[in-house]
Amino acid sequence: MHIPDGFLNAPTWIGSGIVSLAGLGFILGKIREKLRDKTVALMGVMSAFVFAAQMINFPIAAGTSGHLLGGVLAAVLLGPLPAVIVITVVLVVQCLVFQDGGVTALGANVLNMAFVGTLLGYGVFSIVRRIFRTPAGFLLAVFLGAWFSVVAGAATCSVELWLSGLVPLGLSLGMMAGVHALIGIGEGIITCLVVSFVLKARPDLVAVLNEETRHE
Amino acid sequence: MNKRDIIIGLLIAVVIGMALSPFASSFPDGLEWVAEKMGFIAKGEVAPVVKSPVPDYAFPFVNEKSVWATSLSGLLGVLIVFLAAIAVGKLLIPKK
Repeated sequence: MHIPDGFLNAPTWIGSGIVSLAGLGFILGKIREKLRDKTVALMGVMSAFVFAAQMINFPIAAGTSGHLLGGVLAAVLLGPLPAVIVITVVLVVQCLVFQDGGVTALGANVLNMAFVGTLLGYGVFSIVRRIFRTPAGFLLAVFLGAWFSVVAGAATCSVELWLSGLVPLGLSLGMMAGVHALIGIGEGIITCLVVSFVLKARPDLVAVLNEETRHE
Repeated sequence: MNKRDIIIGLLIAVVIGMALSPFASSFPDGLEWVAEKMGFIAKGEVAPVVKSPVPDYAFPFVNEKSVWATSLSGLLGVLIVFLAAIAVGKLLIPKK
């Protein structure tokens, strides 16, 4: 759902750019004291993985395709704030180097995928995780969080399309959320597969679990 | 996370970006599909505001139709985002 140049009108892309910049400023300030070398190395590897995975569009119904966003994947493995930075780095490089997402729409794309998708998806993950405290419940939380991240990002995108005068809000929201509800299933499956793999291979790298053991 | 982990992680990303990327579906994505249905797709087909060095993941100097165009873009992108994320992270770590 990378928005190209030309879709959004100036008030919408400038407005969403300001919101994203303010959000990044807040996160960079908040993360500054807590970041360790280990997390930085993981951020690098995670960014590389998310970039590669985002290249792999998988077909869904009716001649459409989708690809991983990776926000909830990064948030479960790194924590939500480093995850926002990871997804932002990926979006900036895609935009500036590969023309994937317009430069004028970069703020909106960061807002939709790095902030709304990642943070709300992680919120859903955290809630479901607390309800079902079993290994299967953990994966259910990962799936639902990942699924929700795509739908929430798409819903925010649909509001921007509406604000730009392209399409009525209800129609925009219905179509964007509808098609991304399907893409989100792919997001959920891939995220569950990768998280299960890391849980088996290197459970010490899963930030969410590390925090829980520290608190207990 | 030691050097070995970093190399293994990067290798996984490189393999996905290079070996799987040529098989990616070329169907329109969710947003493009909505834009087509709603008739505003042409609005996005304008010249980009800033020109990118590797537009649409087609690596320069390589035949656009060869799988290498996409594969090499995958490799390039994986390395750039890796270094960029490490650089951002390093800048954020408090100096002792």
